[in-house]
Amino acid sequence: MLHAYANPARFLKIARPLTPMLIWTGIAFAAFGAWAGLTQTPPDYLQGETVRILYLHVPAAWLGMGGWSGIAIGSIAYLVWRHPLASLSARACAVPGALFAAICLVTGSIWGRPTWGTWWQWDGRLTSMLLLFFVYLAYIALSRADAQRGGDGRIPALFGLAGTVLLPIIRYSVVWWNTLHQGQSLTLTKSTIDNAILWPLPFTLVGFTLLFAGIVLMRMRAMLAAGKVEARMRRMAAA
Amino acid sequence: MKAKHQRLALVGLGLVAVMGASGLALSALKDEAAFFYAPADVAGKAPPVGRAVRLGGMVEAGSIHRQNDGVTIAFTVTDGKARVPVTFSGIAPDLFKEQSGVVAEGQFRADGSFAADNLLAKHDERYMPPEMAGKMAAAKTLQQ
Repeated sequence: MLHAYANPARFLKIARPLTPMLIWTGIAFAAFGAWAGLTQTPPDYLQGETVRILYLHVPAAWLGMGGWSGIAIGSIAYLVWRHPLASLSARACAVPGALFAAICLVTGSIWGRPTWGTWWQWDGRLTSMLLLFFVYLAYIALSRADAQRGGDGRIPALFGLAGTVLLPIIRYSVVWWNTLHQGQSLTLTKSTIDNAILWPLPFTLVGFTLLFAGIVLMRMRAMLAAGKVEARMRRMAAA
Repeated sequence: MKAKHQRLALVGLGLVAVMGASGLALSALKDEAAFFYAPADVAGKAPPVGRAVRLGGMVEAGSIHRQNDGVTIAFTVTDGKARVPVTFSGIAPDLFKEQSGVVAEGQFRADGSFAADNLLAKHDERYMPPEMAGKMAAAKTLQQ
C-alpha cells in the first residue's frame, strides 16, 4: 500500500497541487497566530511582553526536533525498503530543520537576555539543542558529498538514524538534569501556560508545521527535477 | 527470512541501541551536566571552596537585604532542605526577587557562604496574565 505512493510520478502528481496549498494555509495560520500573539494576549505576570517570543520559539523548537524525526523516519524507510523517495524526503527535511533549530536558538537567546540576564549559558537544554544544529550541518554536508560522489545514500541514512540519539536528550534534559532552562510547560495532556496566553500558540504551531511540510515537498520536487536534468544531460552527451 | 525483513530487524535493533545510548548518556551525565549545585548538594560535605561554581535554588522570602554600601545585596538560597547565605555586588536581573528561582555564579567561602559575581534569574514553566497572578497571590495569603 505504501509502495503505491512511493512511485515518483504518482508522488509528483499529488505533491504538485499540495505544495502551494500547504504553504498558503501555513502562512495564513502562522500570520493569524502571530497577529493574535502580538496584539490579543495579555503580557505574562513576570516576563511582561517578552513572553510573546514563545509563539515563534516553541514552533521553531518543535520543528527543529520534528525535522530530525523526519530525517530519521525517511532514513529508516530507506534502509529497510530501499526506496529512493524515502532517502529524498530525509534529505529534504535537513535544511528547513536546521533553519528552525537556528531560529529556536536565536529566539531563545533573545528571550534569555531579559529573563535570565544572559544571552547564553552552557546548560543541558541549550547545549543539546546547539549540538542538534551542528549535527544538522554535518548531515547536510555528508548527504551532499554522498550524492555528489554518486553514493546510494546509505551512509547519510545511517547518520540520520544515529543522530536520533539527541532527540530524547533534548526532550528530557530539563527533566533529568538541573538546567537553567525551565521545565516542560506543554505536554499532550496538560499545560502550565494559562489559556489566555496559550491560545494563539496552536495556530503558529500548525502554521509553521504546514509551512515546513510545504518546503519539504518543494525541495523533494526540486531534487527529482535536478535528477531528471542530469539524466537528460547524460543522454545528450552520449548521443 | 527475506532480506527486507532482515534489514527491518537490523534497523529496529539499531534504533533500540540508539535510544539506549541516549538513556545512558542522560543518566551518566546527570552529575556532570548539572548546571548548578543545589544547597542540599553541598550541605553534607565540604563545599568546593575557591572553585568557580554555580549555586541554584529559591530566594528565601524576606531574606534580601541591601547592605550599607548600596551595591551589595545579601540573601539566602534554599531548596527546602538546606540554606546557603549569598552575597552579591552588582546589577541583579529584573526577575530576581524573593520566592523565585535564582542561579548564582561565584565561589564558596570556607565558612560555607557563597560569594556571587553574577546572578541569573531562573524562570519556571508557569505562564499567566498579571491579573491572574495577583489573584493567586491573594488566594495564597488567604490560605496562610
